[in-house]
Amino acid sequence: MAARYGLRTIALGYLALVLVIPCAMIVQRTFQDGLGPVWDALTDPSFVHALRLTLIAVAIAVPANTIFGVACAMVLVRRRPRGTPLMTAAIGLPLALSPVVVGLSLVLVYGKQGWVGGWFVDHGFPIIFSTPGIVLATIFVTLPFVVREVVPVLREVGIDEDEAAWTLGASKAQTFWRITLPAIRWGVAYGVVLTTARALGEYGAVAVVSGRLAGQTETLTIHVDEQYLRFNEVAAYTTALVLALLAVLTLVCMNVFKPRHKEAPRGDRNPPGDEAL
Amino acid sequence: MGIAIRQVTKRFDDFVAIDSVSLAIPTGSLTALLGPSGSGKSTLLRVIAGLEQPDEGDVSIEGEESTALPPQERGVGFVFQHYAAFKHMTVRDNIAFGLSIRRRPRQEIRERVEELLALVQLNGLGERYPSQLSGGQRQRMALARALAVEPRVLLLDEPFGALDARVRKDLRAWLRRLHDDVHVTTVLVTHDQEEAMDVADRIVLMNEGRIEQSGKPRDLYEHPANEFVMSFVGPVNRLGGTWVRPHDLELRLEPNGITREAMVQRVVHLGFEVRVELLLQDGRTASSQVTRDEAEQLELREGQIVFVRPSRTTTFAKA
Repeated sequence: MAARYGLRTIALGYLALVLVIPCAMIVQRTFQDGLGPVWDALTDPSFVHALRLTLIAVAIAVPANTIFGVACAMVLVRRRPRGTPLMTAAIGLPLALSPVVVGLSLVLVYGKQGWVGGWFVDHGFPIIFSTPGIVLATIFVTLPFVVREVVPVLREVGIDEDEAAWTLGASKAQTFWRITLPAIRWGVAYGVVLTTARALGEYGAVAVVSGRLAGQTETLTIHVDEQYLRFNEVAAYTTALVLALLAVLTLVCMNVFKPRHKEAPRGDRNPPGDEAL
Repeated sequence: MGIAIRQVTKRFDDFVAIDSVSLAIPTGSLTALLGPSGSGKSTLLRVIAGLEQPDEGDVSIEGEESTALPPQERGVGFVFQHYAAFKHMTVRDNIAFGLSIRRRPRQEIRERVEELLALVQLNGLGERYPSQLSGGQRQRMALARALAVEPRVLLLDEPFGALDARVRKDLRAWLRRLHDDVHVTTVLVTHDQEEAMDVADRIVLMNEGRIEQSGKPRDLYEHPANEFVMSFVGPVNRLGGTWVRPHDLELRLEPNGITREAMVQRVVHLGFEVRVELLLQDGRTASSQVTRDEAEQLELREGQIVFVRPSRTTTFAKA
């Protein structure tokens, strides 16, 4: 008994120290001077711009990586191309690389002096220190999530249901939309949530490629940092709170899409009390 | 001819799954593809369905050359060992799937699904999800789903393999009755010789990618073409150069000149039948199948010396 309570205390204490108390402190600090300063922070043009920029990055990176992720998982699991281990490792790279390195590598390729960046700058479409760079960096760091969530699900689901659909006359496209996607939708949903959360919170890579120009290339995370460095504490905390709320919203959205009926347990276990035949 | 397979070969890398197989399956028959695992029977079924592309040879279904046709256009119904139920759809939607792909009118689909639910005895379960059905019910749903599109041939890949013994026997008998009603050309893959004997009009026995023998179940049992067939379609003893079925090995208490001496090692009561495990003088073992009454008359017990005489033997020319 004592051991169990001891363990519980340690677990809850750990959570409180690293998670609950810091988050609560942000809420407390945000509202320490009342609602007035909070409202000012929320209506500040640089905040509004940062919010817009973050949402744009999310709105592009999440669908792009969802489509890429599902397609990539299908190829990896169903076709098993020769370079599968190499491809898997490459997809995991953004998880292992420091975001700062990601940012720098993007500057090297897409910057003014970069491989292809020069061409884009000459044609009036600069990538680095501009919105495309921020979107690109966000896509880079969030690339693995959907693939990594979908691959194991797809492997477990197998191909029987797809083959059954083909023999019943469904084309490959019909089979994908009506059979494969519903079967893997939970993997996709988790992948999308992780991608969104990471895209909202990305700092390092974006900080390098954006140039951190207030009202131009500042995302929410950079805005938090900038305001904090300038001792605009309420603005920093307010922005941090907005980021947290967006993350919570993402989780809530996923719960809304939960299935309305209970799913089959994979395998052949029969429900108890069912007639034999 | 229902299905005609000509010189079909299928390789997976270095492994030859089917080795130049030719086979004709008559319209309306129920044929079992029987064989041990790795014999190529499932691959052959998948080649018929268009789920595998043969490396050589061709397949025609009801006279139509089908080798190049995708599975969607072959008019086949396929039932998988693990049901392949569409888990996110109700039983009704599962069965209606093929018809809704074909954009049939809603009223027609509803009537047809009702008909099929009755045919596979799942009346009233249409609104359930596959997870709420037992294994046997799921497999009958899968069968209804395959039959919904009125396939020219019905292909069953170890359909009862994942079910427990009792349900399997019930479903087998039910499938036989269903086939007598529906009469669609049916090919069933199984590794269970008893199942094949029980259900099929014709058995095609495969081994290592080739057909060892095909014919009526009784022909395979009584006139096996070779030792493999002899030993696969039922238990068998080897006495010198000849093969004997356990029920053709008579037991006596007295020698009569042509009998061999043997010692009873074990007596196994299987209800009406009794299996007697014997040790022969040359050190080989054999088993004899006698009725309960015979066993009682002989007062069989372990360690007893008996004399055996084969009443009917089979000999194969050395290949």
